[in-house]
Amino acid sequence: MQYAAPKSVQDAVELLAGEAGVAHVLAGGTDVLVQMKMGMVEPDLLVDIKHITRLKDITAEAGGFRIGAAVSGAELGEHAGVGTLWPGVVEAVELIGSTQVQGRATMAGNLCNASPAGDSVPAMAAAGAVARIAGPDGTRDCLVADIPTAPGRTSLGNGEFITSIFLPARPENASDAYLRFIPRTEMDIAVASAAVSLEFDTEGKCSAATVILGAVGPTILNVNADCLLGTTLDDAALEALAAACSATAIPIDDKRGTAEFRKDVVGVLAKRAAKIAQTRAGVTS
Amino acid sequence: MNKIHVTTTVNGDPVEYLCEPQETLLDVLRNQLRLTGAKEGCGTGDCGACSVTLNGRLVCSCLVLAAEAGGQEVATVEGIADGDNLHILQKKILEHAALQCGVCTPGILVAAKALLEKHPDPTEVEARYWLAGNLCRCTGYDKIITAVMDAAAEMRGA
Repeated sequence: MQYAAPKSVQDAVELLAGEAGVAHVLAGGTDVLVQMKMGMVEPDLLVDIKHITRLKDITAEAGGFRIGAAVSGAELGEHAGVGTLWPGVVEAVELIGSTQVQGRATMAGNLCNASPAGDSVPAMAAAGAVARIAGPDGTRDCLVADIPTAPGRTSLGNGEFITSIFLPARPENASDAYLRFIPRTEMDIAVASAAVSLEFDTEGKCSAATVILGAVGPTILNVNADCLLGTTLDDAALEALAAACSATAIPIDDKRGTAEFRKDVVGVLAKRAAKIAQTRAGVTS
Repeated sequence: MNKIHVTTTVNGDPVEYLCEPQETLLDVLRNQLRLTGAKEGCGTGDCGACSVTLNGRLVCSCLVLAAEAGGQEVATVEGIADGDNLHILQKKILEHAALQCGVCTPGILVAAKALLEKHPDPTEVEARYWLAGNLCRCTGYDKIITAVMDAAAEMRGA
């Protein structure tokens, strides 16, 4: 195996695209180094992207924030601006692994690992986050929601890698939240999860709602949350949301939870996350 | 295979080594630099026994390639005591008998030191969450948390 630490995006793309064998991007390494250790991947080339200018930066842009692909969870959590604008995204990222893992793990890596249970992915998708991708044909932008295609698989092409993730601006009276169920209190993989991003009008009625589920399907799942629109998130609206989530979920049975339990609990998580987002938006019902 | 030449800083001292591309920082610390405080428990970032700091950031050295440490500042448990004078955290771990087999202890010390540098006055809940990535199969954690909270109080007073 070769290890390379290019200084520019262009050099990284050339290395990744030019490798005849298996090439992997190394950012935080908390997935790829574990997979190498377990024999799940055997890269011929690891391209460390942490020495590329700007990939460790968080930059304000168009009322939102552009987060470099090599920014660790700990660095993101310490950034006051992102946590104020998208608290649900930051709380989701901070749930990934231990303090040690947070010191290295990245949001872009969590996305590219394409685990159905990745914590940051539903939250990013609910936020309408956009990944900027560099590749042999230049740069393109792609909705985060369109990156994972199946467990462990992404829509990234040969030689492509994510250089940053853009979290857009959001209007007044809007916020987001992420909740997951795990049997422990820390250091575990989501059995089911829900990310909710809501906007409210001046009368406190919900005017836009995005609800994304994690760990209850092969990829994240988008729930039709129209039942919340025009409401103040009264009990009937929340029950309808829970029912919509349970109906959308297509989970598996495994050692971490049964499909029946996952379908049920994901609705409860969505209801609770919606109430948290409403409170964060400064709306009283 | 070409070895990679790495120049780095470990506990404030300049260090050079040659490593294989897939070798971890933990491997090099233990096998080449003979800094055997960091332990390989799981090798997959779950147990925290290999905890070190990289540019002040707490990480598992089993999940860092030795090649990645080039130009960075590594700090290990060996750098915590000042010569023969133990750090307050080390004294408190001994005083509260917060170890039995001792395999997790170096990682606990590195992680707890990082905690107290960032949060000098943590709540017990904060300390428990911060140390959730440091597994201990002997103590049941209570003695460790007591020692860390006691050390924090003494360090604030000192």
